[in-house]
Amino acid sequence: MSRAAPLHFLTSHEAQQLLRRGELSSVELTRSVLERADALEAKLQAFITTTADLALEAARASDARRRAGGPLGPLDGIPVAIKDNISTRGVATTAGSKILKGYVPPYDAHVVERLASAGAVIVGKGNLDEFAMGSSNENSAYGPVRNPWDTGRVPGGSSGGPAAAVAAGEASVALGSDTGGSIRQPAALCGIVGMKPTYGLVSRHGLIAFASSLDQIGPFARDVTDCAITLGAIAGHDRRDSTSVERRVPDFAAALTEDIKGMRLGVPKEYLVAGIEPGVRAAFEAALSVFRTLGAVVEECSLPLTDQALAVYYLLAPSEASANLARFDGFKYGHSSGEAATAWDTMDLTRAEGFGAEVKRRILLGGYALSAGYYDAYYRKAQQVRTLIRGEFARAFERFDALVTPTSPTVAFELGARTEDPLAMYLSDVCTIPVNIAGLPGISVPCGFADRLPVGLQIIGPQFGDGTVLRVAHCYEQATEWHTRHPAL
Amino acid sequence: MLTPDDVRRVARLTRIAMTDHEADVLRGQLARVLDHFQSLQRVDTSDVEPTGHATETTSVMRADEVRSSLPREAVLKNAPDVDESFIRVKPVLGT
Repeated sequence: MSRAAPLHFLTSHEAQQLLRRGELSSVELTRSVLERADALEAKLQAFITTTADLALEAARASDARRRAGGPLGPLDGIPVAIKDNISTRGVATTAGSKILKGYVPPYDAHVVERLASAGAVIVGKGNLDEFAMGSSNENSAYGPVRNPWDTGRVPGGSSGGPAAAVAAGEASVALGSDTGGSIRQPAALCGIVGMKPTYGLVSRHGLIAFASSLDQIGPFARDVTDCAITLGAIAGHDRRDSTSVERRVPDFAAALTEDIKGMRLGVPKEYLVAGIEPGVRAAFEAALSVFRTLGAVVEECSLPLTDQALAVYYLLAPSEASANLARFDGFKYGHSSGEAATAWDTMDLTRAEGFGAEVKRRILLGGYALSAGYYDAYYRKAQQVRTLIRGEFARAFERFDALVTPTSPTVAFELGARTEDPLAMYLSDVCTIPVNIAGLPGISVPCGFADRLPVGLQIIGPQFGDGTVLRVAHCYEQATEWHTRHPAL
Repeated sequence: MLTPDDVRRVARLTRIAMTDHEADVLRGQLARVLDHFQSLQRVDTSDVEPTGHATETTSVMRADEVRSSLPREAVLKNAPDVDESFIRVKPVLGT
């Protein structure tokens, strides 16, 4: 195999080949990624915490396992970044918030345990919008992340750090969380692959909760094969998350070999209206031609309630958040106000000092939607429309194997462009939110450039159609070369 | 229409201390968001059951067995003010 790509841009499956042949060690690979982070972090701020010493220790252990003849896991010796709302035992976990400054979890999230048994090397905790609330990564209490393709622009959010880290070669793959698009939108804006699995496929145990009925952990990668390998490593039932499902996890990576001839792909017309940039539309339409060339049947369809999904989301997610974030009271962990005279003051002041503006906005929005007199008009109404949106998707999947849409109506925007206008920021997620509302799997893959900035293609599947989504994405990727482009940093 | 009193009431319910200026700014922002969401009221939802979770969830049962939990010291390590095996807080009653 040629070594044209620098080490830090190898995919995990390319690295595995070299590791197997003894042409590369995990220590070398890990060092290349850590050196890359050393060189770029002043510019990108993709990490809140880097764990170089622990990473090199894990890399040496992986090399020793390999020399001893195994057994080896699917990500053995591969450098991985973890979004900083995923708990790591003994390593600070902030959720991007001042209120969790100094918090060191006494346990690992389920996915972190799974990564450890897969042999992965954790290189650091990725920056994010505070409590995963945001679409630009500008809401982090630890400073914004910059887009590797243009450092004057946002990487998307809320998993902006893990996305930028993978795009820039500061990690081979990464884990993020996606409540309304927080994996897929930054993947699109950073020109990489990002996937939100079907709700329940991956355990949320140890993920700091934002909106429990919508949150799902998933992978970032530089190609679909790596995405499938990483998803396979973290998926599966966990008794500690009662919404994690007991189903056999298919071999996602092995299923990528099939083609998509005769497969029926729907294009919901509502995703191509208001606010879509011409360059995004052009890249998307070119992608549809690729699918036709590959033998898929591409047809327009309609999901009339798409317009309502944003309202449903921004009522349900803040409502759940207002309850989940009640645990940050200044007593058990993290920041505690020094000004308080009573226990009530401790709560009121700790939360006033510890939460940022967007988190306060969402807690208030949720508190309002749940409060007496408004519950039926807002919260219950949103839950009912959620039922209708699910039904609309279910009917579409009677006709189609998968749906294809742009991931985001725009390319990466400039830092500060939407910070003064919460509603404009919320509209960034208009293409990704319906997928969380219906609990479906969705992936974003690179599908071109507009004004030298990456554009993402979203592929949506029916519930537990994660393998189908990966297969469609893989066939598209094999027919194009967008995923081989890297930012010049 | 969302009033400044509404914002202060919800801030109290969600236990976030707030200045009048902050409440004012938030009122404007939240009013605009809620106004945008009025479109939901146009959707006919008569006889529609609400969805809590998108995938079928059933109540999960487990055997009532004793299992070890996290060590107390490990958990208390994160608390801002600890007295032996207790978390110390400011007065709750008589305030």
